[in-house]
Amino acid sequence: MQTVFSIAVDALAYGMVLFVISIGLSVTMGLMRVVNLAHGAFAMIGGYIASYAARDLGLGYGIAVLLAVGGTVIIAVPIERFLYRRIYGAPELTQVLMTIGITFCIIGIANYVFGPTLKTIPLPQDLQGSADLGFRTIPVHRLFAIFCGLAVAAGLWYAIERTSFGVKLRASVDNAAMAAALGVRTEVIYALSFAVAVGLAAFGGVVGAELLPVEPYYALRYMVTFLVVVSVGGAGSIPGALIACLLLGAVDTTGRYLMPEFGEFFFYLAVIAIICIFPRGLAGRMK
Amino acid sequence: MAAVMNTERALAAQARPRRQAGRDLAGVGVITIAAVIGYLLFPDNLALLTRIVAVALLVLSLDLVTGYCGIATLGHAALFGSGAYAAGILSAHYGINDPLLMTLAGVLGGALAGLVSGVVILRGHGLPQLVLSIALIHLFHEFANKTSSWTGGSDGLSGISADPIFGTFEFDLYGHTAYVFAIVLLVLVFVLLRLLVRSPFGMLCRGIKEDPVRIRAMGASPKAALLKMYVISGAVAGVGGALNAITTQVVGLDSLSFTLSAESLVMLVLGGTGSLFGALSGTVIFMLFEDYVSAANPFHWLTMVGVLLIAVVLFAPKGLYGSVAAFLSRRREAGE
Amino acid sequence: MSAVFEVINLRKSFGGLAVTNDVSLSMEPGDRVALIGPNGAGKTTFVNLVTGNLKPDSGDVRLAGEIVTRVGANGRVQRGLVRSFQVTRLFLEMTPAEHVALAILQRRRRSGRMFGNFLSMPDVMDEVNDLLSTLGIAHLMHRRVNEIAYGQQRLLEIAVAMALRPKVLLLDEPAAGVPQSDTGRIEQALADLPADLAVLMIEHDMDLVFRFAKRVVVLAAGAIIFDGSPADVTKDACVREAYLGSYANASHAA
Repeated sequence: MQTVFSIAVDALAYGMVLFVISIGLSVTMGLMRVVNLAHGAFAMIGGYIASYAARDLGLGYGIAVLLAVGGTVIIAVPIERFLYRRIYGAPELTQVLMTIGITFCIIGIANYVFGPTLKTIPLPQDLQGSADLGFRTIPVHRLFAIFCGLAVAAGLWYAIERTSFGVKLRASVDNAAMAAALGVRTEVIYALSFAVAVGLAAFGGVVGAELLPVEPYYALRYMVTFLVVVSVGGAGSIPGALIACLLLGAVDTTGRYLMPEFGEFFFYLAVIAIICIFPRGLAGRMK
Repeated sequence: MAAVMNTERALAAQARPRRQAGRDLAGVGVITIAAVIGYLLFPDNLALLTRIVAVALLVLSLDLVTGYCGIATLGHAALFGSGAYAAGILSAHYGINDPLLMTLAGVLGGALAGLVSGVVILRGHGLPQLVLSIALIHLFHEFANKTSSWTGGSDGLSGISADPIFGTFEFDLYGHTAYVFAIVLLVLVFVLLRLLVRSPFGMLCRGIKEDPVRIRAMGASPKAALLKMYVISGAVAGVGGALNAITTQVVGLDSLSFTLSAESLVMLVLGGTGSLFGALSGTVIFMLFEDYVSAANPFHWLTMVGVLLIAVVLFAPKGLYGSVAAFLSRRREAGE
Repeated sequence: MSAVFEVINLRKSFGGLAVTNDVSLSMEPGDRVALIGPNGAGKTTFVNLVTGNLKPDSGDVRLAGEIVTRVGANGRVQRGLVRSFQVTRLFLEMTPAEHVALAILQRRRRSGRMFGNFLSMPDVMDEVNDLLSTLGIAHLMHRRVNEIAYGQQRLLEIAVAMALRPKVLLLDEPAAGVPQSDTGRIEQALADLPADLAVLMIEHDMDLVFRFAKRVVVLAAGAIIFDGSPADVTKDACVREAYLGSYANASHAA
């Protein structure tokens, strides 16, 4: 029973971290229809910036988070402007190649600047230790991760359903040409959405650093995971992404607890099985 | 006027198979000449050239499914590695050291891996298909890692040795025999593949790449044809893997890695998809360049591959060979 | 004579909208039927249901007595049900010869052959030549499809369909998008179709319909409202209402 609870908490935390990182990818893919294999790389950049700010510069956790998100967005803007814009609407293979190229570059540069070792992000006092819920104790930072995931989900839902930016976003997703004809500046929408997506990825990279350790191969290691979330949950769907993340979180955590020897093998097998059962995603829509 | 045109067209029709056969021979000629040049330029580094041939077979096999069938996959090294391990296990665990039998084992291992990969990957379209291919290569990698009693795990499979070919040609330390063996295999496979892509089956696959609905409206099953192509591709990759196992006498987990899959895609795209020649030229250019730069830090190499990829996408989407070929054929048509 | 092609109580709805509403139709060998109807009547959906590209909610399709409702699109083609497309779906980089050869080889179950080139198969090339000559496009045999005129591409569509030696041929607007000057060739091709072939043609061009069809079926709002001779179709009250007036009720077989 204890194990089940531990698995559940870890799975939930892991799933929420995945969600925060992957929801940006889901939006990018749903909106700009770009297969972005470099998304994990942006999460990694966020982790690196936060680690540098908190460890080497000695700044507070909160400031480190802000720097990470801001810094990653600043780095991403020219990449979007000069590289991503050239591949909107391009065939899938072209997008795959370009984004893998970007990923490789980022990995190489990250290693050059920060070295190949694992980077940790020192947690503030408040997030260390465990919280006592009465019947169980949970590490506080796991709770924090879960809370962040829920906050992001709620915030995004609000932004998309209730604000004018959200309306323009949904219009551009449905029919970009029509939206442009109605005066929606689709290029601005794309750029803003990309910035939000990357910012969220960076945020997830920082918050999830305990679960997904920051090192140069981070971008490749978790590439499959983020892509599976989007392809199973359906691009552009918040509830789909949530369910997919929780599912993957459960699978991965269960594998690691029950079969630590074969954890990864089991994970990939489960991924293949999930996609084979839902070849068009959970929502049944082909993306 | 119409009569003249008809004769012209009929002659053109007759000329086409001959022109294609001519191009095949030219291709064989180029490979042979390049092989000789390589031998003369790198007499002490024939091992590198042999490895280039092995990887070229992998890239050729990738061209079959990506260039001719339109399936984007990042998991193709699984077929190469399966061939390598099949050949290696035959020698290291069963003591069968005849290189021809080992190559055959590679063919079978690769074909089987191709069948499994095809069945899984063809379940999806678009993004899910890509994800399946990535998950599959990781699965194969983990499987090889965990079954270390057979594969040697992360230490690699050693204890492979190869008997002399036909009992007479020994695999010497300088790698002469290995190199000639590799070139012969390459030429054989290349000729067979050139015949394949011109055959009705090749035409069918090209049609499937462009419009599967149309193919179904002609009464053919795209999935069945694609699966067949995957098995053939697996066999070709398996030859490359077996060649690698025989000539380096060791098989490592890197032959089943995502990195190798990604690099083989880079090589294919660098040369240009859908022509087989592009696959060959891309591999040679990439691997020579890698060898030249390999003294450097591996992460620098990764950055360079990344930059190369971005450059190819932006400036030479048809690949180097592909762009040259397109340019030449435009010149030819303008002259007609 | 037993029917070579039968559609029995076919139904298909998308959400609450009945796109195909209890449609039944039967054809004998040699029939020349035109399927007409106002835009949005569901004609192309009907073709997709019948050819196996779309799954019906209920109802059956029969070819020469065999129920093919569960058979996939390519299986139905192998059993003799062939269609042409309203918007040409051809392989732009391939030549007419390659298209027709592929169809012929597929029909002969030899499209999986991995060696040999169809250009050096005399029996295949003879058939290719015959077919393309009949349609008057033999001189374009080795040109790429993206280099030939649209009217000639439509003729190629018909050639590909004929290469599959169908028992039932569904032509989806064969003259669509073709300039007036070229429709003559297409009409000639239709007139030259084998006498024992059952042909269902969807068309908007009424001249073509009246010259080609021995029987007219009118589809409106997903249901058949008329099935009879061309002479009677213009006089039928339901048909006039469907085309000219507001249309309230769907089920009204003449």
